[in-house]
Amino acid sequence: MDHRPQAWGRPRDDIYGAYDGSYLQNSGPKTATQSPVVTGTSVIAIKFKDGVVMAADNLASYGSLARFTDVKRLRPFLDTSIVGFGGDVSDMQFLDRHLNELAIDESYEHESTSAAAASPEGQGEQGAATSAPAGKLNAANLHKYLSKLMYRRRNDFDPLWNQILVAGFDGQTKPFLASVDLRGTTFSSPSLATGFGAMLAQPIMRKYAATEEDAARLTRDEAVNVVKECMKVLFYRDARSLDRYSIAVVTKDGVELSENEQLEKQSWAFAERIRGYGTQTV
Amino acid sequence: MAAMFSQNPLMNGPNYSISDTPRINAPEGAREHRFDPYTDNGGSTLAIAGADFTIMAGDTRLASGYSINTRHYPKLFKIGGTTADQKDATIVLSVVGFAADGEALKERLDTICKMYRYRHGKPMSVKACAQRLSTILYQKRFFPYYAYAILGGLDEEGKGAVYSYDPVGSYEREQCRAGGAAASLIMPFLDNQVNFKNQYVPNSGEGHALQERERRPLTRSEVEVLVKDAFDGAVERHIEVGDGLQIMAITKDGIEEVMLPLKKD
Amino acid sequence: MFRNNYDNDSVTFSPQGRIFQVEYAAEAVKQGSVVVGIASKTHVVLVAIKRNAEELSSYQKKLFPIDEHVGIAIAGLTSDARVLSNFMKQQCLGHRLTYGRNMPVRTLVDMIGSKAQINTQHYGKRPYGVGLLVAGVDSAGPHLFEFQPSGMTEEMIAFAIGARSQMARTYLERNIDKFADCDREGLIRHGLRALKESLVQDRELTVDNTSVGVTGIVKAEDGSFKVEPFQVYDQQDVMAWIESVGDDKEGGAGDAGEGEGEGEGEDMEVDS
Repeated sequence: MDHRPQAWGRPRDDIYGAYDGSYLQNSGPKTATQSPVVTGTSVIAIKFKDGVVMAADNLASYGSLARFTDVKRLRPFLDTSIVGFGGDVSDMQFLDRHLNELAIDESYEHESTSAAAASPEGQGEQGAATSAPAGKLNAANLHKYLSKLMYRRRNDFDPLWNQILVAGFDGQTKPFLASVDLRGTTFSSPSLATGFGAMLAQPIMRKYAATEEDAARLTRDEAVNVVKECMKVLFYRDARSLDRYSIAVVTKDGVELSENEQLEKQSWAFAERIRGYGTQTV
Repeated sequence: MAAMFSQNPLMNGPNYSISDTPRINAPEGAREHRFDPYTDNGGSTLAIAGADFTIMAGDTRLASGYSINTRHYPKLFKIGGTTADQKDATIVLSVVGFAADGEALKERLDTICKMYRYRHGKPMSVKACAQRLSTILYQKRFFPYYAYAILGGLDEEGKGAVYSYDPVGSYEREQCRAGGAAASLIMPFLDNQVNFKNQYVPNSGEGHALQERERRPLTRSEVEVLVKDAFDGAVERHIEVGDGLQIMAITKDGIEEVMLPLKKD
Repeated sequence: MFRNNYDNDSVTFSPQGRIFQVEYAAEAVKQGSVVVGIASKTHVVLVAIKRNAEELSSYQKKLFPIDEHVGIAIAGLTSDARVLSNFMKQQCLGHRLTYGRNMPVRTLVDMIGSKAQINTQHYGKRPYGVGLLVAGVDSAGPHLFEFQPSGMTEEMIAFAIGARSQMARTYLERNIDKFADCDREGLIRHGLRALKESLVQDRELTVDNTSVGVTGIVKAEDGSFKVEPFQVYDQQDVMAWIESVGDDKEGGAGDAGEGEGEGEGEDMEVDS
């Protein structure tokens, strides 16, 4: 009997032949995510006159299986920005941990600056210029950082399989909303949506905020209603979606995040009129 | 990747960036299961050099597949100013192709120009900057920046200068160049309108005896009209071009920037 | 004959608990010509006396821009300063690239602090022979930092380092209450007056030997605050400022004003 630990739990060589241990090797080519596994679907967001609204449902799918139904895909950053994740959930959780570290480092940095001897009361008036507390990363800075991170990982052929929306404010206190994806592609728009939302929700949101000027006229309530309406459309038509979702509003006063919203006033009446699927004839 | 070095529609099928065109050689049911680090974000750029100015232009659509990611994506960047707002910049870079690579390329060139300014106390000349850009691109010869770059500015004599590049750094100075998705639509138009190709003096003879129309440098207002016409044409015939037109005019007085609307369909 | 057994390297303490190499490096700072820095609520200025090795040579630069929001003034070995200056420049560009913002001044100063400290604790290394005044603005406003070869960094309201800088510091201490609300021009004048205190007798501020550097926060037309990029002024650009402090007594310089007032500024002979 072979008592070496290496042989524990393995088929006997004399019966099954030499064991093929190739999969155990930790040398050889480095493996990386080549496709997403557990995934979250759309994230949608729209700017309004003094902030941004973002929403994403609480579902994490394993292929077509609705695997986890209480996964929060929006996270605040420093109470000044929101980050919304579509795509692979494990990569999202990695990024979440990474952002926690970043936030802690940034908070320490801020602490040391505010204790500075010669920064006088003048801060008061400058504080008005930058709504975020002095020295803290705003949404534009955070988005830049994430885009560099994502682009770096794509260059290493080890991508983080996500599309990310970042909402908050830029340095000049204007609402900020931008996206970055697994290849490091970045873009910004008055309204943004990832995944299925790009097909279904984006056209609806663009009706309300086609341009920055349009978005600057939207009120908070209007923006929230548009987003809720889009979440409903997505639930109707996206098979990998859920009627429980998170919604976040970021304004100069901070982030308000509600993680247990339920879709209201659903009407499936339209479903009866759908024709052309399966055995159904006319 | 062959597609990225060729703009020939016959070789690549219709000139869309979408990858789900039918695969001819793939065996039945075979699916490629590897991360593809590239996409084509569509869009088009254009640059024309004049006697004492350079005009550069690009549309502001960012597409992926049939989706419009945003209608406000600038493809023209001022390079090498002293400060981040590029107030005193004298060079413009346009990039089109894969947007993330374009952005990375722009930031690298800008950082290099800023270091040059810091070390030498003067801005980089377009000629030097053009040479450096070629090196940057070639350094990534085996994992290229998928970006068609055009660099514009004024040369040492104050004449308009346009340098165009392929993704791995081949470059030349030209009078005019169109890049990106609709390059194959715009470039023939430019050949005819800027370099007067296939224009002959009427009744000057038959066959080889035909006299070519004499070339003359275009004025700034002529070029501005030309640019708008070129893009209006491209928008009509190419789905990845549209939304907005960003134009920069580089003269000895600095860089002027204008935004014009294009069709959004 | 041994004068000192404990100053051959920077890793050995003397029995009194001193590290002589680090202290000698601090002496090198005192050999450099004087630089003064002052911060107000809106601006921070650096002023410096440049020296020329001989009549026929050019003047050694004392102020260096680092990034658009930071600049440094140096006292000590210029070549050591250039190493630090290049390092700071790289860090600022890198920070701008990854975060898209100006590097917070404190973060930058901490970095050179740590870098310099390493040289004081490793055998075979030598401390930087240069002291810096780092002036910069960030979202918390203007800042002035002092940096010493030991790796010590400290935020200051106003400070001076270099040869005879004690005189300038005395001036600054006497006027400390005035700085916070000073405007840009006033701050520069205070800097120049402090500088004058440190001059040896029958030396004057001239357009050739004076450098001024300024950065600050200015209010734009749309009400937002913008950074006034750090800029160094030399030669004719500093003439008006030098003239404006030519013969005034503001700030109560205690010592008797020796014969200034006549022929200031332009045609002043180059001092040696």
